[in-house]
Amino acid sequence: MAPTLTFPKGGVHPPESKKLTEKLLVEVMPLPAELEIILGQHIGAPCTPTVGKRAEVREGDLVAEVKKGLGVPLHAPAAGTVKAIGKSSHPIRVSAPSITLTVNRDAPPREWGVADWHHLDGQALLKKVHDGGLVGIGGAGFPTHVKLKPPADNPVDTLLLNGAECEPYITADHRVMLEHSAEVVEGARILLKILGISECYIGIENNKPDAIRSMTEAAQAASGADCRIQVMTLEVKYPQGSEKQLIEAITGRRVPAMALPSSVGVVVHNVSTTKAVRDAVVLDKPLIEKVVTVSGRGINRPTNLLVKVGTKLSDIVEHCGGTRPELARVVMGGPMMGFAVSSLAIPVTKTTSSILFLSDDELDTRPLSACIRCGWCLEACPMGLEPKEIGIYVEAHRAEDTGQFGVFECFECGSCAYVCPAKRPLVQFIRLAKMKAKR
Amino acid sequence: MWNVSVSPHVRSSESVEKIMWTVVACLVPPLLLSVFVFGIQVLLITAVSVLSCMAVEAVSQKALGRPISVRDGSAALTGILLAFVIPPGVSFLIPALGAVMAIYIGKHLLGGLGYNIFNPALLGRSFLLATFPVAMTSAWLPPMTDGGLFAYFAAGIDGVSTATPLAVMKEQGMEAFRQMFGAPSEIYGSFFLGLRPGCIGETSGLLIVLGGLYLMYRRYITWHIPVSLLGTIALLSWLFGGESLFGGDPLLAVLTGGALLGAFYMATDYVTSPSGKTAQLVYGAGIGALTVLIRLKGGYPEGICYAILLMNPLSSVLDGWFKPKRFAPPVGGEK
Repeated sequence: MAPTLTFPKGGVHPPESKKLTEKLLVEVMPLPAELEIILGQHIGAPCTPTVGKRAEVREGDLVAEVKKGLGVPLHAPAAGTVKAIGKSSHPIRVSAPSITLTVNRDAPPREWGVADWHHLDGQALLKKVHDGGLVGIGGAGFPTHVKLKPPADNPVDTLLLNGAECEPYITADHRVMLEHSAEVVEGARILLKILGISECYIGIENNKPDAIRSMTEAAQAASGADCRIQVMTLEVKYPQGSEKQLIEAITGRRVPAMALPSSVGVVVHNVSTTKAVRDAVVLDKPLIEKVVTVSGRGINRPTNLLVKVGTKLSDIVEHCGGTRPELARVVMGGPMMGFAVSSLAIPVTKTTSSILFLSDDELDTRPLSACIRCGWCLEACPMGLEPKEIGIYVEAHRAEDTGQFGVFECFECGSCAYVCPAKRPLVQFIRLAKMKAKR
Repeated sequence: MWNVSVSPHVRSSESVEKIMWTVVACLVPPLLLSVFVFGIQVLLITAVSVLSCMAVEAVSQKALGRPISVRDGSAALTGILLAFVIPPGVSFLIPALGAVMAIYIGKHLLGGLGYNIFNPALLGRSFLLATFPVAMTSAWLPPMTDGGLFAYFAAGIDGVSTATPLAVMKEQGMEAFRQMFGAPSEIYGSFFLGLRPGCIGETSGLLIVLGGLYLMYRRYITWHIPVSLLGTIALLSWLFGGESLFGGDPLLAVLTGGALLGAFYMATDYVTSPSGKTAQLVYGAGIGALTVLIRLKGGYPEGICYAILLMNPLSSVLDGWFKPKRFAPPVGGEK
């Protein structure tokens, strides 16, 4: 086996906790009675509804689009009737504008055609990516078509597919790579054609040997004279899947602060996004569903679930046999960077990769104490920052002076807070610092 | 309702408490050996020191209106370290007064754990050295020659003195030292094992080093401070420690005067040492150089205590000078 690659600076090894779901086939969740489609599911301007109340929609019909600015359209995840255009619970913004759809569970599922894309040019493919409502579904939610149009002064030569899935618990990308290897690779070929390049690397962490094998076979079958797709094995180390760390691990290039990957000639897409690109181009199927890992010791039946965008957490909990008494915290996203939520009324969005039901044993809620300057956070920080200093400054009401520590380079991976023996909420301190520090 | 908080939601099992009590545990073997070599008095002195430190911590925190954190082990650690740097034959009043200086003045009046500038145990020792100069420099106990272990190991040693090796070397010269302790080559072993007069924790270099290596294995400390500190002491003692240049005995310099205890347990104290690795190398070298300077030119035979206390306040300065290398700062530099 080829040597495993990794980023050189910092990183931590939290317990992987992937055993709960890594061997479980993705199951299709039955349609819930109601879907709540949040209008702002991507970075950029939120969508405006194109349908009115009581409108009848088919699965995949356009229901909202961005009139002005950066963004992608939204589609009906299932057939049904628009019940309301109002507000829904949101994990970060508390509440957000949304479309509520009463699902017609008797409607037959839509048949998606199979189209040949090889005769299409980059522009036509790019339009399909935009029209399919594609965003980075690994978590960031950046519109995919924008990343495929790098600035003209930054020629791109490499496409990276992110299959690291370095967050503990989550196995959604793992299952997608295993169960849909050929589709992911076909998506990679589409992305290469849009970018007009031929070099693609797929980075996968060492703890998914079955996915590495399956993806390597698919990549070899698809590689040819016009493209070279190669699977790279990555060391298991958090945050291996962070964009800048992944780029350095695989290409050795460093993306400067405040710069995009294209500044070093690289474009990065998540493997599940790539599979969705393939579906949008080949099947003309927009992004209306996604694989979500439901895990943790607070839920009765952990699983990998294919759910419609807009499915409420409460419906997922019911499908997974309910919660256990030891449930202490519900987290959307991974345990290192996800958001704790206080309500199950929140719907899944295009960027939800997991819903964790964590018990007290899995959490650590010990109180914080003063910084003892052990320096472990300096060793853990993949960006070479000084989290302890930022925390001390924030506590001393000097958050505005933390720019000197490069606080804006922090992407809040949580490695510092993970290792801190004084249990200091360093990510929280850093968020406060970012609000007050001068850029 | 569930518990909500900012990410990360999982955290490592390490804690301040776990670190402190582990370091305390590492100091138990040298303590037991010291009890064996010097007698039960050592155990009593250490108990007084540890209990006084914990009591002073609780009372200080109560008086200052802060949460009481005696259970985190940091006061117990200071107590055991304080006992390790005083002679075994002193009165019980001495460690108790040292505890007040170390914990109340040295730690809590400066803000408590995390804010103290100076190593509390060494601050306690320097206070005691100034206040009880006679007791602190003469209350040595002879190793118990009738002890089974001692008799076994010490068969090669002719004489037993109740003066510390460095004091003899400094005040009476190398000749007297040889007469008292034997040729250096013969005494490395006994010094390493701890069969000579000295402070409670100065006894066994071997057990101190083993404890230090265990702490490195647990990643509680790294090699940077001990290696640069001991390396500097060895190098400078070799250069300037003898009658001629390159005439000194580097190994003897490292094995005596509490250098090992200082290097592994005092200079590596998180709060009072730099956090960055480069800063730690410079810090260790600074302590080593000051130690040799005090030993050779100063008024005291042993220098590491003051060397560490002199370098303590420079820790954050060094951290400021040797910052970690940023991943990739903004193109065009900082505004």
